[in-house]
Amino acid sequence: MRRIVVIGAGPAGLAAANAAALHGVEVVLIDAGAKLGGQYHRQDALAAGDRFELPRNVEHVANAAVWAIEPVDGGHRVHLRVGPADGPDRKGRAVEARALVLATGAYDRALPFPGWDLPGVFTAGAAQAMAKGQGVAVGDRVVVGGTGPFLLPVAASLIGAGARVVEVAEANAAVTGWLANPKGALAGWSKTGELMRYAGTLARHRVPYRSRTAVIEAHGSDCVESVTVARLDALWNPVPGSERRLEADAVAVGFGFTPQLELALAARCRVEDGFVAVDAVQGTSAPGVFAAGELTGIGGAELAASEGAVAGAAAAKFVGAAVEPPVRAMAKVRSGRRFAAALNAAYPVRSGWHDWLRDDTIVCRCEEVTKRALFRAVDERDVGAVRSLKLVSGAGLGLCQGRVCGRNVAELAGVDATGFAKRPIASPIRLAELAEEEPVESPIDAEESGRALGVEY
Amino acid sequence: MRVRFDGVEVEAHEGQTVAGVLLAKGIRSWRTTRGGDRPRGLFCGIGVCFDCLVNVNGVPDVRACQRVVAEGDDIRTQAGAELPS
Repeated sequence: MRRIVVIGAGPAGLAAANAAALHGVEVVLIDAGAKLGGQYHRQDALAAGDRFELPRNVEHVANAAVWAIEPVDGGHRVHLRVGPADGPDRKGRAVEARALVLATGAYDRALPFPGWDLPGVFTAGAAQAMAKGQGVAVGDRVVVGGTGPFLLPVAASLIGAGARVVEVAEANAAVTGWLANPKGALAGWSKTGELMRYAGTLARHRVPYRSRTAVIEAHGSDCVESVTVARLDALWNPVPGSERRLEADAVAVGFGFTPQLELALAARCRVEDGFVAVDAVQGTSAPGVFAAGELTGIGGAELAASEGAVAGAAAAKFVGAAVEPPVRAMAKVRSGRRFAAALNAAYPVRSGWHDWLRDDTIVCRCEEVTKRALFRAVDERDVGAVRSLKLVSGAGLGLCQGRVCGRNVAELAGVDATGFAKRPIASPIRLAELAEEEPVESPIDAEESGRALGVEY
Repeated sequence: MRVRFDGVEVEAHEGQTVAGVLLAKGIRSWRTTRGGDRPRGLFCGIGVCFDCLVNVNGVPDVRACQRVVAEGDDIRTQAGAELPS
């Protein structure tokens, strides 16, 4: 049987599963969520049913944690635990396939600032997920901060969930500036209409939207009680004297996104500039492994879906299905990447954030490593790369495995952050789960897989 | 459905996560850190940061943002590093 495994059921993974299924390939679609759609199409978890329908030859494995991918003769073996999150009763599975599509997405980058470890400080994605998925606002009076167009839908969702958004602080230039009259590289971008609607919601609710502004401190003893926002110069250094104190019980911050690279690295895909390198059919450097969506570059849901369609078709072809080149989706990928590049250039993260930190500001939340401790370790010991940085400072050694602090502490220490995603166990599991040997489902027929395969159209 | 949080009965709905139940009740923190004994609660909301850890039915280190509640769940705050009971 021709079978592929797709990991991640967001826009990219859904499109990949649909494209491969359309070509008669059996698809195992694995996702951490209970419902399809991932972060972008996050569904109301309290409502019955699922918005998305899948073809019959797609098996949707929900509530699953993929913790390892290993090479086997002729393909790949994917290890997962299925069941209530982090519970001891999850069922172990091992699925083999000759082709994989990785669509593991990305998560918010959070920059540290004094008080960011207080309860009441959330990532922008958390505020969005709680509002859309759980129907609850993360606070009553919320300050939204960070950079990029994503701050607009987050603020709109918070308003929809009943919160008062005190202010939206954009660290770069205002999104609303070019939104009304998109020129240059962003002219013709299909998302401007949607963003205009969010901007309209903010205007109707009289939410101040300030550019070149950031939350540089959260105050409170056991919970956020107020925040300090400040104007930033072009390098994101706070402008002295521009500080304002805002009363708020919650802060939602997001400074762009970090791709979930660990499974791609486990599958031996080459990473360039922090993203999985892919060819014109979304093929990675690892034979039979395709990648789509935010893993290959931050570009939003529409580009992710186009990449997914290309990747799903290529994976189907790789396992022997008759596939015509998906030329329309490939063209959409090319134009989508142009918009994504323009957008990413407009919303960079500048190094001035280093100066938001004080000596006692925590940089690694799990291991409670302060800036002082990090710098002392770097100064006194010979830190060559991520591995030694982790060992001498303790940063990134906790349960999140450096997902939250990795890019920040690597930047502060002056090393490349990719090493943080090299994790033999891709997501934490319990020792008893690790010790258990799962039965391998439909193992690959090594003889059949010995045939020459490829995706040249 | 009904679950318990630190011994007190709390009303919950099908599909809610532990974090969803607690935040809806106005509870912001349900864990203290191992080193500094500092309060923590939800942070990333999508299963990445492991900050929202909580004890569910005697098992510690369960991500409150990922765990969907079930009837009768016994949810407890977690102090530092705990061993399963």
